[in-house]
Amino acid sequence: MLDWMNWTPPVAIFFASIVAILMAMTVWEIVSPCTERKGFLPIATTRGDRLFIGLLSAAYIHLAFLAVSEVSLWIALAVSVLWLLILLRWG
Amino acid sequence: MRKESRSRGIGITIFIVLLLTPIYWLVNMSFKTNREILSGLTLWPREFTLDNYVVIFTDPSWYSGYINSMIYVLMNMAITLTVALPAAYAFSRYRFLGDKHLFFWLLSNRMAPPAVFLLPFFQLYSSIGLFDTHIAVALAHCLFNVPLAVWILEGFMSGVPREYDEMAYIDGYSFPRFFVKIFMPMIGSGIGVTAFFIFMFSWVELLLARTLTSVDAQPIAAIMTRTIGASGIDWGVLAAAGVLTILPGVLVVWFVRNHVARGFALGRV
Amino acid sequence: MRKVPDNRAWWLVLPVLLLVALSALVPLMTVVNYSVQDIFGPGNAYFVGTEWFRDVLRDERLQESLLRQFGFSAAVLAIEIPLGIGVALMMPRSGVKASLCLILLAIPLLIPWNVVGTIWQIFARGDIGLFGWGLNELGLDYNYTGNPMDAWLTVLLMDVWHWTPLVALLCYSGLRAIPDAFYQAAEIDRASRWAVFRYIQLPRLRNVLVIAVLLRFMDSFMIYTEPFVLTGGGPGSSTTFLSQTLTTLAVGQFDLGRAAAFSLVYFLIVLLVSWLFFTAITHMDRDR
Repeated sequence: MLDWMNWTPPVAIFFASIVAILMAMTVWEIVSPCTERKGFLPIATTRGDRLFIGLLSAAYIHLAFLAVSEVSLWIALAVSVLWLLILLRWG
Repeated sequence: MRKESRSRGIGITIFIVLLLTPIYWLVNMSFKTNREILSGLTLWPREFTLDNYVVIFTDPSWYSGYINSMIYVLMNMAITLTVALPAAYAFSRYRFLGDKHLFFWLLSNRMAPPAVFLLPFFQLYSSIGLFDTHIAVALAHCLFNVPLAVWILEGFMSGVPREYDEMAYIDGYSFPRFFVKIFMPMIGSGIGVTAFFIFMFSWVELLLARTLTSVDAQPIAAIMTRTIGASGIDWGVLAAAGVLTILPGVLVVWFVRNHVARGFALGRV
Repeated sequence: MRKVPDNRAWWLVLPVLLLVALSALVPLMTVVNYSVQDIFGPGNAYFVGTEWFRDVLRDERLQESLLRQFGFSAAVLAIEIPLGIGVALMMPRSGVKASLCLILLAIPLLIPWNVVGTIWQIFARGDIGLFGWGLNELGLDYNYTGNPMDAWLTVLLMDVWHWTPLVALLCYSGLRAIPDAFYQAAEIDRASRWAVFRYIQLPRLRNVLVIAVLLRFMDSFMIYTEPFVLTGGGPGSSTTFLSQTLTTLAVGQFDLGRAAAFSLVYFLIVLLVSWLFFTAITHMDRDR
């Protein structure tokens, strides 16, 4: 019945890691609830907000790499992860 | 002040006349014969005829389109209201883990272009054997109607003070009984307006409705586009079909006229 | 409103979650799967990585349709928002006249989108339509099926006709929420008409205006049915907007991989813009 979805391993890994991140964030939130704070972003954010901003900008970083350069996407991934960590810590 | 209000009245009258002119043209045309339509411009029907409407009401391939549209719109209304009412209550009354993100995720579905979901919807409903059924269209329209309904209802519910809920619980009401007996009547106008919006967006949508149906559940909108493709367009019948699609909306808006403005603001004023 | 922290509220949200997950998450996952493969049929697909994305992002036809789309949405907002505010200010404040205005204004919103296209298809024709005939009589060379500029302007005019009432109704409901005492105070102060608008009415309109801009941007960004019926995207590709390009790819040419990659890019743009708007709204709710 799920034939038409044409699952491939890379996409499965991608969604599995998203789910894993969401579950980790949930557990983290239960263990130590976070409060809104103001970092270098123009608005006060919670951890979840910063994660969302990070993931969305990661998508755009990948697209930008694809659009203008031929370099491997692993570099884009590295940049995205680094940016995500910066956001979560100081954003 | 009097002079100002007169110029305002003139302004709004001009705007509404301009707004209604294209619709008048459609109505005008639906009462003309094709010979008159094509022979030149007439501001009102010279040879008044009801033939165009007779064609629609006697040909099953035309009138079944209206029935199909009505069926899936009503199904969609029932499903949407059933799931959206409790969810909107939760959003308006409680803070819970991930509430803001969940709300945004719901909204993002209202904003997602239906074209993006066209292909997978087609595959999904084909694979579970629901292609060309009313329920498939009703479920597909939930994609944008459920978020909208939650959004509007949440706005209306936030206007009801919490104290009512607490009083009811002290009086020994259980949650379901409180919700149905006390809370729902209190936001009755909000529910009416929400139903109106669900009706409206499901009624006017064409892309998904057309893609997910072929014969048995084809909406009136799709039947009309098919006619446009035919050589030698029957303008009179097309205009009559158009007029008939406007009528249900006008009838429905009459019932919610006093609350519709607030509904358009998603209950947020 | 004071909200009570209670995670049991999740049970109330669960039905919505399941329903929307079925109709949004499953398709989204499918689109992602399609976007990285070349699909010839069920069980006959090759993994191509990000080739489709590279393709789509560098495809000039798609870039043009994206630019056209942004231009159209910007024009729609620039016309409909001020016009809608103006109409709302002119509407009677109460009584039978106000109800009548509301209903008449709401009519264009209740017309199925393809019928909106049909109405304008007829209305703007040079031979049988009042509008096209009138313009030609005035000596203007107007033909929306042949001239790209005319076609584009007709689609824009149609959208203004169709959706300005929504902006007007939103603003009207915002104005209605202003207590009469505010106006009386302004009259005592002999405030000018402009001062009343600038310092009393406009601040109260802020919330509804954000909703109006949000809805109008989103809906104009995914416009499909009306131009499809009116012009079929032509002449040339002057009125081919994003949704139509996508629909042609997916259903017309059955180019699944490319269509899926394109869908995702499209979705990401919409997601970013709607997040910006949503953040703006929630922060305003808090300031209030």
